[in-house]
Amino acid sequence: MTIEVAAPARAASGIATDRMRYVLMRVLVYGALIFWAFVCLFPIYWTFTTAFKSAIDVTQGHLIPWVNFTPNWKGWRSLGLSPDTIFRISTVRDEFIDRFVNSVIVSFGASILALVLGCLASYGLSRFRYKFGPMRNNDVLFFFISQLILPPVVLALPFLVLYKELDLLDSRIGLVLLYTLTVLPIVIWIMRDQFNSIPIELDEAALVDGLTVWGAFLRIILPLALPGIVAAFILSLVLCWNEYFFAALLTASDAKTLPVMVASQTGSQGINWWSMAALSAAAITPLIIVGIALERYIIKGLSTGAVK
Amino acid sequence: MVLKGEATLAAVEDHHYQISSEPISARRKNTGRWLLALATLGLVATLVFQIMTTHGGSISSLSANWRPMVYAYLVWSVAMGISQVLRRGEAGLQALFVLPAVLFTIAVVVFPTLFGFYIASLDWNLSSVEGPHFNGFANFVQLFHDAYYWNAMLNMIYYVVAVLAEYAIAFALALLLNSEIRARKFFRVAFLLPFMLSPVAVSWMIGKSIMEYRFGPAATLARHLGWSQPAFFANPWTARISIEALDAWVFIPFLMILLLAGLQALPREVQEAAKVDGASGWQGFWLVTFPLMLPVSITALIIRIIFKLKLADIVINITSGGPGGATDTVSSYIYRVYRDRANVGYGTALAVLYLIIIILFLTVLIRTTGKWTRDSTRGA
Repeated sequence: MTIEVAAPARAASGIATDRMRYVLMRVLVYGALIFWAFVCLFPIYWTFTTAFKSAIDVTQGHLIPWVNFTPNWKGWRSLGLSPDTIFRISTVRDEFIDRFVNSVIVSFGASILALVLGCLASYGLSRFRYKFGPMRNNDVLFFFISQLILPPVVLALPFLVLYKELDLLDSRIGLVLLYTLTVLPIVIWIMRDQFNSIPIELDEAALVDGLTVWGAFLRIILPLALPGIVAAFILSLVLCWNEYFFAALLTASDAKTLPVMVASQTGSQGINWWSMAALSAAAITPLIIVGIALERYIIKGLSTGAVK
Repeated sequence: MVLKGEATLAAVEDHHYQISSEPISARRKNTGRWLLALATLGLVATLVFQIMTTHGGSISSLSANWRPMVYAYLVWSVAMGISQVLRRGEAGLQALFVLPAVLFTIAVVVFPTLFGFYIASLDWNLSSVEGPHFNGFANFVQLFHDAYYWNAMLNMIYYVVAVLAEYAIAFALALLLNSEIRARKFFRVAFLLPFMLSPVAVSWMIGKSIMEYRFGPAATLARHLGWSQPAFFANPWTARISIEALDAWVFIPFLMILLLAGLQALPREVQEAAKVDGASGWQGFWLVTFPLMLPVSITALIIRIIFKLKLADIVINITSGGPGGATDTVSSYIYRVYRDRANVGYGTALAVLYLIIIILFLTVLIRTTGKWTRDSTRGA
């Protein structure tokens, strides 16, 4: 009798503790999520708001616009990008736009070149058998991917000397070539697995339909590999856009990229925070937009290929 | 230099296939050979001409311009491709896929690296008027007594060990994003954003402003929490940890997306099965998810370590290696050797030794982890 009564009671209390545990877990999970989102977003928020602050707001640690400080265009004015200076002549703005264009050309150029070379090579390695002296497919693949470990310092000086001889120092094309080699291993790593995940029967069907090997690749397989291509492209773009080491050593004036400009300003301007913040904000905005717009493709592209 | 699409049958084990090709006429083959021979001749002729016109071949003479060599190499590469197709037909067409990347890599990686080994044996200071001269292994002898270099090497060990902490955080974040939560897309984008930012901008945004001693928000917060002198870059260990935290902030998202992609590629049924068997969340993770994720984890960790070994930009821009070399990485130290002392030969010698150490370290690492994964998957 007592047992029969106790059992449902115990079950009920079990449900209650389960419920408690569930709620507790949810609180912990969302707490962790919100905490980390804050860690990730606060520096970005800080940069964008500081770009609209004046000296007093910085020194007093004011954080929220309109509530405890009044936004102004001071930082942007020093860059020549505020509403009242945008149509006037500004040497700083000209320099900024120059660097910006360099960054765009170099990072897009290198990413596209790496993607072309990388897609071709990884498709070949995925589909055909090669013999390159004593090297077979896997050795060739390892040869490509192992370039990733080469630290920039090893190449920096040889390139400094070689580029001087080739008259490529301080040129965009020189940087494009260098950046291509730094991201090519990543592209090949992602694309090889991407192509491996596409059934070979599709190639064979295309060949039966009368396409050549290249036709099958370009018209059938390449479109199917799009997720991997986008993922590889974004990763390359991020790495090239943000690259500093080579750019700092190999450019002087013509081909200087944005990171070099940002770095040179930190030294010279001291506590001129608003203009530094404006410059940083302008330098990171393009990739923030890319990140927000294309984020899902990265994980999609990686999960169909590289990590399997 | 032979790239052969090997003539095996179509029914090979994996993805490779081979299609029968019609025989190639002797004339076509000969044309291909002649084309390649001609292009090679052109390449050699350009090389000879360049050596003649650049003052006895001294590579350091600044008056000459070696650009024609680049064009000759490009022309030769194209001729090489055409000749492959002419001589070997279908197999040549297949070789064309991998040929561009191989030729590119030889030109921009293999050649410069070998050239780097040569520079490493020179006594060459850009600011001195003498120019380079050979001094054998003197640079390498000198670097063994370079306390800054070995100090930087020691720092690299700390930084590499810290990757494990980054990995733990990244795995936790990936698990959170993979669980059933609301606003998943928002959190995913938010967590990814730091990776998109340029480390140079981050050095200013966080290192030089948020962590600024007087009125950075992080310093203010630290004061409220009871740390009266929140100087993040003043004493060696806090500086090292601050630099590591900054680098982690940028690269944790990268580890996270790799792990998240791995989690999403896991078969659902396995995880469901673990739950049905009564495993608690924690057990389910250690017994099912973690072992299954081991290969992805190791790939992600190795790539992360490779990136870590290149760490330089944040250090250069925030501390320049200070205080007293406490935050120096090998790359940032070599950068200073180039920039401040213009010591080309010595700097390259440092870099070359670093490369050799990295290769040894990574080979051992990949071997052991590979063996470990195989053992653990066999055991499961």
